[in-house]
Amino acid sequence: MISQFQGVSAIATERSQPMSEPLLKIDQLYKEYPTKKGPLTVLERTSFNVDASELVSIVGPSGCGKSTLLHIVGGLTVPTSGSVYLGGKEVTDAGRDRGMVFQAYTLFPWLTVRQNVQFGPKQRGVKKAEREELAERFLDAVGLNGFRDHYPKQLSGGMRQRVAIARALANSPQMLLMDEPFGALDAQTRTVMQELLLDIRKKERTTTLFITHDIDEAVFLSDRIFVMTARPGRLKAEISVPFGADRTVDIRKSSEYFEIRTNVYDLLHDEGKSVVEAEIAAGKK
Amino acid sequence: MATTQTTNEEVPAVKLPARRRKLALFRLGEEIPRSIYLTIAILSFLIPIGLWCYFTYSGQSNALIIPTPTDMFKAGFQEYQNGSLLPDIEISVTRITEGFLLSALLAIPIGILMGAYKTFEAAHEPFVGFVRYVPVPALIPLVMVTAGIGEPAKILLIWLGTYFQMVLVVADVTRQVPKDLLNAARTLGANRTQLLFNVLLPATLPGLMDTCRTMIGWAWTYLVIAEVVATSSGLGYSIMKAQRFSRSDEIFVGIVILGLLGLGTDMFFKIVQPRLLPWAEAQRN
Repeated sequence: MISQFQGVSAIATERSQPMSEPLLKIDQLYKEYPTKKGPLTVLERTSFNVDASELVSIVGPSGCGKSTLLHIVGGLTVPTSGSVYLGGKEVTDAGRDRGMVFQAYTLFPWLTVRQNVQFGPKQRGVKKAEREELAERFLDAVGLNGFRDHYPKQLSGGMRQRVAIARALANSPQMLLMDEPFGALDAQTRTVMQELLLDIRKKERTTTLFITHDIDEAVFLSDRIFVMTARPGRLKAEISVPFGADRTVDIRKSSEYFEIRTNVYDLLHDEGKSVVEAEIAAGKK
Repeated sequence: MATTQTTNEEVPAVKLPARRRKLALFRLGEEIPRSIYLTIAILSFLIPIGLWCYFTYSGQSNALIIPTPTDMFKAGFQEYQNGSLLPDIEISVTRITEGFLLSALLAIPIGILMGAYKTFEAAHEPFVGFVRYVPVPALIPLVMVTAGIGEPAKILLIWLGTYFQMVLVVADVTRQVPKDLLNAARTLGANRTQLLFNVLLPATLPGLMDTCRTMIGWAWTYLVIAEVVATSSGLGYSIMKAQRFSRSDEIFVGIVILGLLGLGTDMFFKIVQPRLLPWAEAQRN
C-alpha cells in the first residue's frame, strides 16, 4: 500500500534506516596462534558485512582460516583482535542467536531425533507442548518426521545433517553459521542437501554464513561469495551471484552460472596451487 | 542424444553359477559366522578340560598336585554341605562390591572433573600418577598398620588397587568426548552447568560402563590378595587354607569359583549395557 501522506512516508523511511544496517558486521578480525617458531597468522585483518536474509559463502583453499573465521563469529574462538557485531551488539561468546551446523556429525547420540531438535528450546525452558510443535515443524521442513524416535546411530550421514539443520533452526537463531555442513557427504547426497537448504531458505529466509571449498555449492546457494587467499587468509575477491532467493535447480544449467563458476574457479585455482607449493617448500626445509 | 531405457523384459536374466565363497577364518578384522565363533569358544574350554581329564584319570599326573574333576566336585560339594562354601562366596562378593562401589563413587565424579577442567587435572593427576605405580602388595603393611586386619582393611586394599587406575581412565574417557559436540551445545545456548550435566555426562556413559567392567576385573585381583594375606574368611582364604592342608581339590574349587564369578560379572555387563544405553554405538568386545 502506498502511503497517502508525505510526512508519514518520510518518517517511515527514517525509521527504516537503522533496519538496513547489516545484520552481521565483521570488523578488522585478526587471528594468530602462538607456535614454537613465533606467532602464526591464520587470518589477516578481515572486514565484511552480511545483510539480513542473505546467504554469503566463503570459499578458500584448505587451511586458509575460513573455519577459524566462522568459529570466531560463532563465539567458539576468541580473535586476537577485531570484533564481530550481530544486530549492532558485539559477540563475545557462543549463543543461540547464531545457530551452527558443523561438518562433523554433532547430534547428541543419547537423544532421539525429536529430542535433539528440542535440545536448544529445552535448555532455555520452553514448555513441552511448544517444543514438540517446534520439533514437528522443523523435522517436517527437513522431511524427517518419520524418523523422530530414531537414535542418531540409526541414521545415514545425510539424515544426521538434516536433523542438525532442523536442530539449529528450531532454536530460532538470528542467523545460521554453516561450516562445510555437507563436506562429509557423498556427491549425490550433497546435491540433495543443497536443494533442501535452498528450499528451507525460501521459507525461512534465515541469514546464513556458509563455509565451503566446493565451488558449485557456493555458486548454487549464495547471494555473494568471498574468495579467500591461502594462509594467512584474507578476502581476495567478492562475487555477486544475482539469481535471487527464489532460484531453482535450473540455474545450474544457465550460462551465467557457468560464468560465475569459472570466475570463482580461476580465483581459487592459484590459491590452491600456492598452498601445495608452500607445503612442499616447508617439507624441504 | 539417445538414452536407452532398459526394462526387465528386454534383458534376459542370465543365471550365474552360485559362486562358493571360501570360508575365511583369518581375515584381519573380518566377522566370522556366529556358529563357528561359538564352536571355537566352547572348544577353548573343552580342550583344557579334556587334557585335565586325560592326565588325571589316566594317573599320569600326581593326584596330590592335580585332582581329578570328580575329586574337585566332591570337595566342592563337601564344602557346600559343611556350610563353608556359600559364606565364603558371600563375604568375597560383599567385599568386592563395597570396595568397587567406593572406588567408582569417587573415581567417576573426580575423573570427570579432571577430564573436563585442567585445574582439577593439575590438582590430582600428577599425584595419581605417582601412587598408581606403587604396587598394591607393597602397601599391605601400611594398610595393616593403619586399618588393622578387619573388613575396612580389605576394602581399603581393593580401593587402593582400583581407584587410582579408574580415576585416570575416567578422565581419559571424558577428554575423548568430541569437542564439536560441546561446541554444538554451546551454540544451542547451553550454559556451563547444562554443558556439564546435559552433554558431557551423558556422552561419557558408554565409556564409564566399559571402565567399570574392566575395573571389576582388577577388583577381583586385589580382593584375593587381601584375603590371602590376613583373613579367616572369603574365597582367597579358602584357597590359602586348602594349600596349608595340601588339599589340591579344594584349591581347584576356589579357583574355578573365582573364575565363574568373574565370567558372570562380565556377562552381566555385556547384557546390561545395551539395555541401559540402547543409543550407544555398538562396541566390538
